[in-house]
This record gives sequence, C-alpha cells and structure tokens, in this order.
Amino acid sequence: MSEVIRVENLFKTYRMGDVEVPALRGINLTIERGEFVAVMGSSGSGKSTFMNILGCLDRPTSGQYWLEGEEVGSLSADAWAHIRNKRIGFVFQGFNLLSRTTALENVELPMMYNGYAGKERHQRAVEVLSLVGLGQRLDHTPNRLSGGQQQRVAIARALVNKPSLILADEPTGNLDSATGSEIMGLFQRLNTDQGITIILVTHERDIAEYAKRQIVFRDGGVISDKSNNQVLVNLES
Amino acid sequence: MRWLMTFRIALRALARNKLRAFLTMLGIIIGVGAVIAMVAIGEGAKATIRSQISALGTNVLVILPGSNVQGGVRAGSGNRYTLLDSDARAMTRELRSIAYASPVLRRQEQVIAGNLNWGTLAQGVAPEFEQIRDWQIESGRFLHEGDMDSAAKVTVIGQTVARQLFGNDDPIDSVIRIRNIPFRVVGLLVGKGQTGHGQDQDDTVMVPYTTMQKRLMRITYVQSIVVRAISAEKVPEAQEQITLLLRQRHRIAEGREDDFTVRNLSDIAEAAQSTARVMAVLLGSVAGISLLVGGIGIMNIMLVSVTERTREIGIRMAVGARGRDIMLQFLVEAVVMAATGGGIGILLGIGSSEVLKLWANWPTLVSPSIVAIAFLFSGAVGVFFGFYPAKKASTLDPIDALRYE
Repeated sequence: MSEVIRVENLFKTYRMGDVEVPALRGINLTIERGEFVAVMGSSGSGKSTFMNILGCLDRPTSGQYWLEGEEVGSLSADAWAHIRNKRIGFVFQGFNLLSRTTALENVELPMMYNGYAGKERHQRAVEVLSLVGLGQRLDHTPNRLSGGQQQRVAIARALVNKPSLILADEPTGNLDSATGSEIMGLFQRLNTDQGITIILVTHERDIAEYAKRQIVFRDGGVISDKSNNQVLVNLES
Repeated sequence: MRWLMTFRIALRALARNKLRAFLTMLGIIIGVGAVIAMVAIGEGAKATIRSQISALGTNVLVILPGSNVQGGVRAGSGNRYTLLDSDARAMTRELRSIAYASPVLRRQEQVIAGNLNWGTLAQGVAPEFEQIRDWQIESGRFLHEGDMDSAAKVTVIGQTVARQLFGNDDPIDSVIRIRNIPFRVVGLLVGKGQTGHGQDQDDTVMVPYTTMQKRLMRITYVQSIVVRAISAEKVPEAQEQITLLLRQRHRIAEGREDDFTVRNLSDIAEAAQSTARVMAVLLGSVAGISLLVGGIGIMNIMLVSVTERTREIGIRMAVGARGRDIMLQFLVEAVVMAATGGGIGILLGIGSSEVLKLWANWPTLVSPSIVAIAFLFSGAVGVFFGFYPAKKASTLDPIDALRYE
C-alpha cells in the first residue's frame, strides 16, 4: 500500500489580537491508499483545522504535509487550487451545492475548472451521478431534491475528477439517521468497490463506526488511533 | 479554453438571476440610449443649421458699393454708381475661386395682374442667380442669357406672388404689369419659406437685370453683386481676389480706400455652428453622466452580488477555481451586463431618435462613430466598475467563504 497522506510535526496557531491560540500541536499521521478513516473529537479539538490543512484550504504554521509523496503544505494558492480540483473531493455538512443549478451542472462544476470538453464533461457527470444512484434526476435543482439526494449530488461532484481522496466534513450532520446511514453505506461502497480513500470528520460515534480506522483528536493532538475491528456494514445500500 | 469556460460560467450565473441582471443593465441601457439619442439630436441640429446656412450660402459673397471718404469728406451716394454689371462678368471670367456672379438690383414694386395687385420685391438678376441662391424652378424656366441681351420683358415669380395674383391657376404665360410695363411670366419658383429674420423669400418677382436697369429703374450701375465661391473654404481667397480685381477695374490708387465692400456670411455660420456645438457637448455630457451613474449601478449590484454569493465563491474555490478564475468570472459578468446593456441601449437610442424624427419631426442624426464609442465605453464601464468587486471576490478566503451564511 502506498501513502496518500503523511503529516509530520504539524502545528497550527491562530492569533487573536495578542493572544496566540494553538489549534494543532504537533500532529504525526500517515494514511494509506484505500483507507476509510473517521476523525473524531469535540468542537475545538482541532479536527476541523486538521481537515482544512489536509484539504489545502489552510496553511500549517509549521510542519510538513505530503500528499502522495509531494510536499504540498508550502505550495502557492494556485497550485492548491489545482490540487483541490484534481486530487481532493470535498463533501460538506451543508451540501454546498449551487442553487438554481441542476444536479448535472453542479457535478460538472469541478470539470469546468480543468478544461474538459463539453461532451466528455457531460458523460462523466452522468456516469458519477448514476454511480450515486441519481441517474434519473440529472435536471433537478437542489431545491427539488431531498437532503439525502443533495448529499449524493455533492458526493458525485467530489468524485467526478477521480480524486486521490475524499474529505467529508460531517456529511450526515444535516440528515436524519436513516438517510445518514444510507449516505454512510454509499461511502463504504465507494471505499470497498472503487478503492477510494475517504477521510470523514464526525463527532457521532455511531457514524464513526462505519469507518475502518478511528482517530480521536483532543486539544490539538491525537489521543487515540485504532483500527475498527467491527465495522458497521450497511446492508441495504 | 479556460477563457471560454469562464465566459460560459459567467453567462450561466447571469441567467440564474435574470431579473436582477436586467435591472442592473437598465442603468447602462438608459445611459447609452440617452447618449445615442442626445448626440443624435445634437448632431441633427448641427446638420440642419449647417444646411440652412449653406442654403443661405456660406460660400456666397455680397459686394456692395461703399461710401468712399476722400480728404475727410464722405462722398456718399455718388459712389453708389461704381459697381457695374461688367464687374460681375469680369469676376466669373477672371477669378478661378468664383463659380458664379450675378448683379442684383432691388426695388419694391406694385405688380398687377388682371384686377388684382400686390406690392412685392422686384429683383433684377442674371441667370447665374439661380445657381448662386440654389433656387429651383417649379414650372416654366428661369431667366436666360438671351433675356439679358434683349432686356426682355419676362419675369419669374415667387410662390407668394403667384398665390396673391393667380390663386390656384397656373401663372405661366400670364401677363403681369409693373409700372405699366407688361411682363410675361415664364417661370414659377419653388417655395423657399422665410428667412431667419422672418422675411418671406417667396414674396418676390425676378426680371432680367438689364430690364430692371433700363425699363424700371433707368440706371446704368448695379446695386450689388452676389457671388458664389467654388467652395466654403475658398471664400477668403475669393474675397481677396475680388478686392484686387475691383481695385484694379475701378482704378483705385495704392493707399486709397476701396469704393466697395465685400461681405460674407461665414461669421454668421461660425456663430450658429458654435452654438450647435455647445448644445451637442451639453447634451452629450448630460448623457455621459447618466452612463457613469449606470456604471456605478453595476458596481453596486456586483458588490452586493459578491457578498450574497460568498458561499458560491467558496464552493467554486473548494472544487478548484483559482483566484483569477473567480475574478475573471465576476469581471466577465460585469462586462457582459454592461455590453449587453450597451447593445440594447444603442438599439433604444437609435429607435428613439428615429421616433423623434418621424413623429416630432426633429432632425436627428445617428452617427456610427458615437454608436461605436458608446458601445466601447459601456464595455469599459463594465471593466472599470466590475474590477473592484471582482478583485474582492477573488481574494476571499475559501474557508470563511464556505462558512458564510
């Protein structure tokens, strides 16, 4: 197995006026290809900061971050945009779809920023939407889709450029538990069938149970990192 | 490729909010429309004034006999005899800057036809007078060279005289009497209307200047000579040459004053043109200000739009848009709105100036250059006023933008 993510001595400190607030205090972690990791912790534990750095949205104060063997923590903003486009797929708690824009167009969006031809873009978008089970709702705008369906569109959008990993930030936070477990089932299926690396942030223990590995953050450090021997399997999806 | 894509993204974003896009464009539409219409009105007025002046004759010169001063004594009317019809002939013959010259004699006369009479201005002129005043014949003919040679008792009458003496009947070949001399009507002039001073130009009869000299006024000199220079630009040259020629012909010694005056209408033309120019500038600047206000409207909406779409910007950045992609998108949106608004404004401006022309009878003139300028300017307004909001959008922090409610 090859490394997808490796961080060494990752520190992040926020300045609030004169006060320095440490958010991450020396994180060392390695995540291999094909892993399904749940990052847990209460609010203020540093897990969101960690995810922002992994997602090339935020810069560490010190320390190194290698993505697929390349040190990316100190790259330019444009290079980061390229990485976010090609190698990372984001799934958010609030779905973050463009309103008044069809499911298809939402999924096409990342491809619009890397020069796919129109036809190819359309095909690929239809393909991933079918993969998440929305092949029949291509022309629906977000307000005509249920929460679960919206999150599926978001997952399709994250998958469309064939990224190295998917970062999911509380993806079930806005969903009822039945829909939530459907979404988790979808993640599991993508992980096992497609071999996609998934990093999931959650504060719910039962959601974390779907992952193969659980990392717990507290006060800017990792306090527990263990593999999950009894992975919860969602059978119906 | 990337540019094309950004363009498409911007168009889609605009299409998602059509009403707002339209309202934003409205400022530019009205601005550009006003510029086009106002300038068209201004240009139309200028063109009308120009044509009115050239109808008056900007390249027409009038030579009057002057009152010469000799040894402190004003010679007065004696000098009025100095101008001769041969002077007019010499001018056309010898001066290349002059196209036509005609002697003019004028007197108020009572004309009689049948049992009707009418007081009007009798003018003795040469055939060239038709070209000098650019005055067409409605029916019949103008006076010709043969009439001059024989001092023929023929006349060409104006519309007003024809109406007063003949009503709706055809006056051609009728006879009118001036000072008991019968004149045959050979031509009817087209209507020219009033002069700027309210004088009815059609209230006139024209006879050969020789007839006027010999039969009506019994004089040998002419009261004035009207001349048409070959072009308005040649007027100063013509004026100079006429002065030289007349001094020579009248044998005026060096150092003595001219016994004639040469007048032209270019001062009047100049004044009228500059008035029209001021009006055009005034209208144009008012319209320009409204275009500027339209631009500020775009900036306003773009700023609101950037704030409102912060989350969208965050999403775009998260899926791989670079700062300059975002900037370009908002810039293209602003420019597309401004340019579309400009395009519609141009149509509106042209349309309204056409309407003014047709219904209000205003002489409007849409110049292609102002259309091009207005369009380019509205595009520039889009770039200028779109830049700041676009820059603002591109520098947003994706984390904050994604969290924005």
